[in-house]
Amino acid sequence: MRKTECLAMILAGGQGSRLGALTKKIAKPAVPFGGKYRIIDFPLSNCANSGISKVGVLTQYRPLELHNYLATGSAWDLDMRDGGVFILPPYAREKGADWYRGTADAIYQNINFIKSADPEYVLILSGDHIYQMDYSWMLESHKMNKADATIGVFEVPWEEAPRFGIMNTDKNGRIEEFEEKPAKPRSNLASMGIYIFSAKFLVKYLEDDAKSETSSHDFGKDIIPKMLADKARLFSYAFDGYWKDVGTVESLWQANMDLLQDEPPFELGGDWRIRSSNPPMPPHYVGPDAKVTKSMISEGSMILGEVENSVIFSGVRIGKGAKVSNSVIMPSTVIGENAVVDYAIMAQGSEVAAGGKVEGAPGAITVVAEGETVEAKASGKQAG
Amino acid sequence: MKTVMGIINLQEDNKLIRELTDRRAVESLPFAGRYRLIDFTLSSMVNSGIQHVGVMLPDKPRSVLDHLRSGKDWDLARRQDGLFYLPAPTEEATIRKGDLKNFYHNLDFFEHSSQKYVLISSGSFVYNVDFSQLLRFHQNTNADITMVYHTSTQESAGLNVVIETAENGLVEDISEKPAVYDGSKTSMNVYLMEKRIFTEMIRYTYEHGGQDLLMDGIIRRANEYTIYAAEHDGYVAHVDSTAAYYQASMDLLIPENWEELFMGQNPIYTKVLDGVPVQYKATAKVKNSLIANGCVVRGEVENSIIFRGVTIGEGVQIKNSIIMQKSDIQDGSLLENVICDKNVVITKDKWLKGAQNYPLIVTKNTVI
Repeated sequence: MRKTECLAMILAGGQGSRLGALTKKIAKPAVPFGGKYRIIDFPLSNCANSGISKVGVLTQYRPLELHNYLATGSAWDLDMRDGGVFILPPYAREKGADWYRGTADAIYQNINFIKSADPEYVLILSGDHIYQMDYSWMLESHKMNKADATIGVFEVPWEEAPRFGIMNTDKNGRIEEFEEKPAKPRSNLASMGIYIFSAKFLVKYLEDDAKSETSSHDFGKDIIPKMLADKARLFSYAFDGYWKDVGTVESLWQANMDLLQDEPPFELGGDWRIRSSNPPMPPHYVGPDAKVTKSMISEGSMILGEVENSVIFSGVRIGKGAKVSNSVIMPSTVIGENAVVDYAIMAQGSEVAAGGKVEGAPGAITVVAEGETVEAKASGKQAG
Repeated sequence: MKTVMGIINLQEDNKLIRELTDRRAVESLPFAGRYRLIDFTLSSMVNSGIQHVGVMLPDKPRSVLDHLRSGKDWDLARRQDGLFYLPAPTEEATIRKGDLKNFYHNLDFFEHSSQKYVLISSGSFVYNVDFSQLLRFHQNTNADITMVYHTSTQESAGLNVVIETAENGLVEDISEKPAVYDGSKTSMNVYLMEKRIFTEMIRYTYEHGGQDLLMDGIIRRANEYTIYAAEHDGYVAHVDSTAAYYQASMDLLIPENWEELFMGQNPIYTKVLDGVPVQYKATAKVKNSLIANGCVVRGEVENSIIFRGVTIGEGVQIKNSIIMQKSDIQDGSLLENVICDKNVVITKDKWLKGAQNYPLIVTKNTVI
């Protein structure tokens, strides 16, 4: 077997409770995005496009749909002899079983997976961001700096900096200090939750951390501060493309709307194509009385009504006279005749009966949960 | 259905559809926005439970090979059985005409397969059929050969095999006709038989001077076999001419046909390309059309089929047309009754108009 230079581990166990009804039945990384994708397609496609072919996906919360979706990893061309997608849920050992108690603990519980792959470097990713990034450049920078760890950072507006983990660096990018949600930030370089570690270095810190009884076993709270305290070589790597945390209903909605700009801020196709599992469905049909503008529509949908400024996933039915605007309509949703949907996210397989209304507002997006039906009289007004 | 091996014969005559099949077999003609014709037969076989399919390659096999590859998209990349390519013999190619020599050349492949039955079909039909019912019918009637037909609803020209049957499906006459009429029982070129009968048919017919499997092996020897026929009452189109291709494409704009072919229990599979969902811009105006993923639409489209990755500029008007993969229709152009093959570029402000039912064809990679 050929040696794995860089092993990727995607933390995909989060519940994503801030996404409310959207993650009642599925894990956050499995949440649909952009008309045909799921959030986890982004880190997986980034790995495949960066030449990283061995990817561990750590799952925990509501993993069934995610496991089913990942399958053999063939959708991302990762089903290779020396690679693949490895699904890593928590498992029982001789002395009992534990849930993943934190991001670092999740990786620690799979330390044997890392050791058996025996990589030079480990790339740690999270499954809740929309971005297109070539990790091979970050790895290159890690090697050039002879770093122990390299942390991906993103310049955020100064006023938002107090919401993030902020890196204070010297002029060479070496991290001097890490502040979690500082009230008075000294820098606006936010951690993207993307780490490259030299494998042996990481293993040592994880093993030490596991022994600590006071640690919360979290990369940001425990591991990184400990490394800095030990004066390890930690460097930042700045990313300046499109990067969006889609951890809330509003940000998920906004990231979808970003795709509808006349010139979208990033290209889903093109050289850095985002791959996903494609359902076998025909091109969508737009009926004789339909009207579609400023929208994205995927395969297998039938549009007989009006669609404006919306993202329509596959297998959606929009009936005659229906009006859908400023909304995200996830797969297999049915919108009945003359129904109205505005400023809403409709989860997979939900329905608005004929004449029904789902009306949110800017800043107060209405969410219709998976499988839920909104009847004509009671218009759906549950909180987002 | 594990006892049935599928054979798709891609050796069809394509004189009437030459503009579109200059560089490809008719079976690999792009169809319905994202498919190739062969997808319908192959997917029907796979959905029926057939796991061993031999594809008799045409003279220009590249587009077929590039499309099917390992068979993975049809779940046919298997450790055992799966998809096999049966190339045409090279030396004898000029000596004798017809497709029978190719079957004869590949006899050992058929004989060595573990399946008891073979299902032979062409790849130029549009349908979504469950063949597993056909096998039960075949076993119940004790037929030597069971074929599938549909009842034509309108007159159309082109060579077709037409049959007459008794009420129980027993075939009383089978012949090739230059046209079909409303009510004609028209063969869908699907034949199910035991492999034993199939290999004997090939060997005997070829060694006695035969050329064509259907004509010399089945039609001429029809009185030697007990032939039954089962009717398929769903949508069927035989794409054997440019007119038929255009008509079958337009048939898809009737939502019932679209639903029946693609949205039922049995999907039609094709090569996966990871296209982005269609981007409709502010100036887009689309009516009664099929638009495949990867397209960017700024202009007007009506009664048309737009394949994957097509860009339609501002002020463009496309009507009653078929625009194949990756074509680029630039600002201000006007297209009516046109078929653009793959990678066509229509530069700004060009007007192209074909006649109704006789579309203007723009060949592959053309820049106008």
